[in-house]
Amino acid sequence: MVTFLNIVITGLLLGGLYAVIAMGLSLQYGVARVLNIAHGEFIMLGGLTTWTLYTVFGINPLVSLAVCGPATFVLGFVIHRTLYKRLSSSAASPAIFESSSMLASFGLLFIIQNLASIAWGPEIRGYSYLAVPVNLAGAVFGANRLVTLGFAIAIGVAFYLFVARTRLGKAIRAAAQDPAAAGLMGVNINTVLALCFGFGAAMAGCAGMLISLWLPVHAVMGFPYTVIAIIVVVLGGLGSIPGSFIGGFVLGLIGSIVAYIDPGLSLVAYYLIFVLLLLVRPTGIMGK
Amino acid sequence: MTKVWVPGLLLIILVLLAALPLRSTEYTVVLVATILMFIILTVSWVIFSGSTGYLSLAPAAFFGVGIYTSAVLGMDLPLPVVVCIGGLASSCLALVVGAVTLRLRGIYFAIFTFGLVELIKNFVLWWEIQRTGTRGRFVVLVDNSTIYYVMLAILVVTLLTAYFIRRSRYGLALQSIGEDEHAAAHAGINVTALKIATFAISAIFMGAAGAIYAMQLTYIDPFISFNLNYSFLPVLMAIFGGMGQLYGPILGAAVFAYLREVLITEFPYHYMLILGIVLLIAILFLPNGLVGLIQRARRRAFGGQHANT
Amino acid sequence: MPILEGEGVTKHFGGLAAVSNVDFNVDQGEVVGLIGPNGAGKTTLFNLISGALVPNEGAIRFNGQNITGATPHKICKMGVARTFQSVRVFPNMPAFENVLLGSLFGCSTGMSSAAAAREATDLLEFVGLSAVRGTPAKDLTLGNQKRVEVARALATKPELLLLDELMAGLNATEVAEAMELVTRIREEGTTIFMIEHVMKAIMSVCDRIMVLHHGEKIAEGTPEEIAASKTVIEVYLGE
Repeated sequence: MVTFLNIVITGLLLGGLYAVIAMGLSLQYGVARVLNIAHGEFIMLGGLTTWTLYTVFGINPLVSLAVCGPATFVLGFVIHRTLYKRLSSSAASPAIFESSSMLASFGLLFIIQNLASIAWGPEIRGYSYLAVPVNLAGAVFGANRLVTLGFAIAIGVAFYLFVARTRLGKAIRAAAQDPAAAGLMGVNINTVLALCFGFGAAMAGCAGMLISLWLPVHAVMGFPYTVIAIIVVVLGGLGSIPGSFIGGFVLGLIGSIVAYIDPGLSLVAYYLIFVLLLLVRPTGIMGK
Repeated sequence: MTKVWVPGLLLIILVLLAALPLRSTEYTVVLVATILMFIILTVSWVIFSGSTGYLSLAPAAFFGVGIYTSAVLGMDLPLPVVVCIGGLASSCLALVVGAVTLRLRGIYFAIFTFGLVELIKNFVLWWEIQRTGTRGRFVVLVDNSTIYYVMLAILVVTLLTAYFIRRSRYGLALQSIGEDEHAAAHAGINVTALKIATFAISAIFMGAAGAIYAMQLTYIDPFISFNLNYSFLPVLMAIFGGMGQLYGPILGAAVFAYLREVLITEFPYHYMLILGIVLLIAILFLPNGLVGLIQRARRRAFGGQHANT
Repeated sequence: MPILEGEGVTKHFGGLAAVSNVDFNVDQGEVVGLIGPNGAGKTTLFNLISGALVPNEGAIRFNGQNITGATPHKICKMGVARTFQSVRVFPNMPAFENVLLGSLFGCSTGMSSAAAAREATDLLEFVGLSAVRGTPAKDLTLGNQKRVEVARALATKPELLLLDELMAGLNATEVAEAMELVTRIREEGTTIFMIEHVMKAIMSVCDRIMVLHHGEKIAEGTPEEIAASKTVIEVYLGE
């Protein structure tokens, strides 16, 4: 019984992290139609910035959220305005834009990763914060991991409310369904797309902060997280943000179960699910 | 006019390349062999993805299968056989993958092939640890000149295949699939069979190249073998070179691969940054790659446009 | 002698029946029209015949052979060709290559490259496009693009040609030219089944007309019978 709870809670903790990582990417793809392969790099920037603020300036990681979030948001916004918008206007068809923007994000990946290596060096960094053991139903977890779960849920709910209840949220939903029509209805499409990309980047930055609480951070940490984000996004349904939220938890639970059976098989399981999903139900759990 | 001197020029280039190991340093031989390898990967990639428009990120998987063929069979079988089996094994993988996935549209196909590489990598890693206890293998040692000549031979076959496919009715059919797959099917083209066959053919050369490349590495493991770089780089090189003409990918791969080798040696800490910038510039300003650039320059040199009647 | 027969053909999309229990037949050498208000299921029916969609129920037979659910390229090789409502040429390929593809792949016996090239050239002339053979299809006028589509369909040597709103978007002169082309195709011996909204064309060219409404066949007969039919008039005026 204890083992079962242990697996479930581990799965939820993992899932919370996966959900936060994936929601940002889902937003970027769902609205701006950019499959941002450099997503993990924004996570990395968030993580390393948090590390620097904590170890150099003594700033509480949870507070540094106020720096990471906006900073990555601005970065994402600017990148979309300059790079992706330009690609979008010159692309001959939406399909071509999807490919070229994906490839452009590879270019971004190389650039951001290299700049981060220069700025922070290649060493693996870590710090200890809230590494207080918490006893849950007989199993022990670090408080920092629980904080991650709490934040994941908070960010998820906040974002869902934002999209569902606010005027800007409505504009975003319109832009996701039909950019041209939304533009005709008075939505400033370019701004909305850039905002979404920025929000997606901000979520990645926040995810980076959360990761840094209990995992090591370094300049080349980004790509594996991008891959997990892609798996979760496909699992949840390309373009569905609630789907990514749920998908994150589903994958986290699966990961926890597989890791219990044979830790070496975790990644194999993820990719197998990914590949099978694309074949059997590419629209994912909640996709259309 | 061009038809006369182009084969002659190509023959001269081939002779020069064949003579290279006899007159150059070891370093140059390895460098040129690596460039030839990237040309093989890029041209093979274009054979399928160039005309059909299906963005495949599977080259790393086929390349890796070739590498593992060498690792597993290289000690026991003669080199040419190993290379051929590497090609065939990759081709079989491509047939299976193609049959199962080529109905996925656009971006799903791209991320599927990407996931496939990672799946195979992690599966092989797990399998190796289960079976041998270690994650790597040693590969039979072969001298650099032999590797060079085999790479050159594979390249010649790849180029001939690409050329003849492009010129044949199947090349035209592949192009029509890229333009409008639905309409192509209604014109009598067996779209599924053609896509799978072309995908499988393109994989042969990637696998063969992997098989011979492994013998240069001497030690391999799943991370080295199934490295997504070998999927992205051919795509970048093809875009950089331009896919409208056959020489585009060749030129793009040659220039980009050389650039990359030079950058890795000269600026080991900055080469990713530079490559990333080059890539962005290519995507933003050279939508038709180097070929587009050359065509524009030629048009400017030889006068204005002809009106379409 | 029916060249095309359909029995109880039905197709659902979600809860909606786009085509519902439709029987149809087309005799060899006929020109049959298919009309009905927008959304009646006409293009869906063509999609079911050409293999682009698979019926949920019913059977379709061509020359006595069951083609229900067969793949489009096989049906094409058997002798059924079609054009599309939104013109689907290969935009970046010249008109000649568009037609050439039909010659090379559309026939079950195959053709040599030289024979196919000759045939494509002849077909371009038949539809009046010899002058623009080298022009990329996307640079052609709509009327000419439709001719390319027709030529490509004819290159597959069909016994039955499905024309989906050939006249849509054409001006009066072009409509007359299109009608004349249809007549010439019929004279060559090809059976034609055509969807049209341009009444003048349908009435003058067709031997028989079928009317669909909300996925069901509501009338069938000669042009005179259809023009006089109260059911048909209600359906159109009621819209």
